[in-house]
Amino acid sequence: MSVDTTTPIEVLRRTPLFALHVELGARMVPFAGYEMPVQYQPGVLKEHLHTREAAGLFDVSHMGQIVLRAKSGDVRDAALALEALVPVDIVGLEPGRVRYAFFTTAQGGILDDLTVANLGDRLLLVVNASRKADDEAHLRAAFGGACEIDVLDRALIALQGPQAEATLARVAPDCIAMRFMEARRLTLMSAECLVTRSGYTGEDGFEISIPADMAREIAEELLANEKVAPIGLGARDSLRLEAGLCLYGADIDESTTPVEAGLSWALQKVRRKGGARAGGFPGAEIILEQLASGAPRRRIGLKPEGRAPVRAGAPLYAEEGGTAAIGAVTSGGFGPSLAAPIAMGYLPAALAEPGTRIFAELRGSRLPAAVGALPFIAPKYKRG
Amino acid sequence: MLKYTEEHEWLDLDGDVATVGITKHAAELLGDVVFVQLPEIGAKFAKGDGAAVVESVKAASDVYAPLDGDVVEVNKAVVNDPALVNADPEGQGWFFKLRLDDIKAMDGLMDDDAYQALVESSA
Repeated sequence: MSVDTTTPIEVLRRTPLFALHVELGARMVPFAGYEMPVQYQPGVLKEHLHTREAAGLFDVSHMGQIVLRAKSGDVRDAALALEALVPVDIVGLEPGRVRYAFFTTAQGGILDDLTVANLGDRLLLVVNASRKADDEAHLRAAFGGACEIDVLDRALIALQGPQAEATLARVAPDCIAMRFMEARRLTLMSAECLVTRSGYTGEDGFEISIPADMAREIAEELLANEKVAPIGLGARDSLRLEAGLCLYGADIDESTTPVEAGLSWALQKVRRKGGARAGGFPGAEIILEQLASGAPRRRIGLKPEGRAPVRAGAPLYAEEGGTAAIGAVTSGGFGPSLAAPIAMGYLPAALAEPGTRIFAELRGSRLPAAVGALPFIAPKYKRG
Repeated sequence: MLKYTEEHEWLDLDGDVATVGITKHAAELLGDVVFVQLPEIGAKFAKGDGAAVVESVKAASDVYAPLDGDVVEVNKAVVNDPALVNADPEGQGWFFKLRLDDIKAMDGLMDDDAYQALVESSA
């Protein structure tokens, strides 16, 4: 059997929690230019299930945290500037709220997906690790002198799962009052933190931006609750796949539009045709036209029959003996909470209805798979 | 006679039939096995051919034919319960039995000491 023991040649960056990961027995791998924990001793399967049953702590400090501040001092000006790059209502985002967004290309593709928090006097963007340098350049090129752009050198920890609230409440009782996609400045162990009730697992939970020099102390305090286990990137990926959430570079990229990707829900009315601030973002003509009349293909969930996982890149066929691929898998693997293989991919709109039976090519054979609704698991977000 | 390969597989020879599996070290690196695909009985392999597939949550890996031979038996238990590969990789978690074309080829593989040295050097 083959075991990948390649050592990285490039110089990898480390997050403020690197030493803690090693002490906790993590297996470290190169990821987006960082040395990151892919799993700890229990392994991906148990880490995944532990997050759904109790709580998991994830180091996501490799992600980019970018602050936008309008030179005018008015957050509305920063919001207006950002709306020139994203098809999302940022001006209408209330202070203390978070919204999902994406940078679009002139062709209607996606440059990166991100979250935007309105902190009252500024916006905080959290972007993908692999895209953060490009995103920063993109923002600087677009904003010229109108906004100050600060890339924060802070740690970012995600605490996810049914025990996340009780765990965080031990150090920050005010977190209990927060709802899904809310942002608050909270003091954790005398450190000024920025907490959002959000995540990438389908569970209730929080993402906590922490001054780098306090990251370890706070992570250890959260891990002191025996219900909380450290979770690696392996389980982070299987959790988000079950939750039907996109991975940039796999499920969405410059070649996919938000409508094809099933992300139309993120485009509020005000940015659509007939809205007060309709269009005005890169690729608006293509994206708004697709919103009105539909996209030729759609991101779909797939449940392969049998037990063999179907992974990214597998071509999809309408018939078992079909010769021309009609689409491809973009993310796939095994869903530990479903105890079954699951995947996401793209199919022509006509074949994208849940229940449609198609075929995936796997090691030379055609494996039947059913188109399924996303997400695969019921999300537990605290909306109430 | 128990031997090991650089691909982290073990072979236990009985007569001219070798039982083949992956080592404890390989099973640990793979993580929880969720799917196993075994060869057909009667399949003929040359050394290095992909003979079986083992998948963890994260990735698929090939299990290679460690030597030339043909498959005389497969372990359906690991298909029904892939977790056996993690629980007992060098026992109940075996993959297939290969009738070797040439049992002398076993001499070219590593013994336990040599394999443990390989594992330690790659740690």
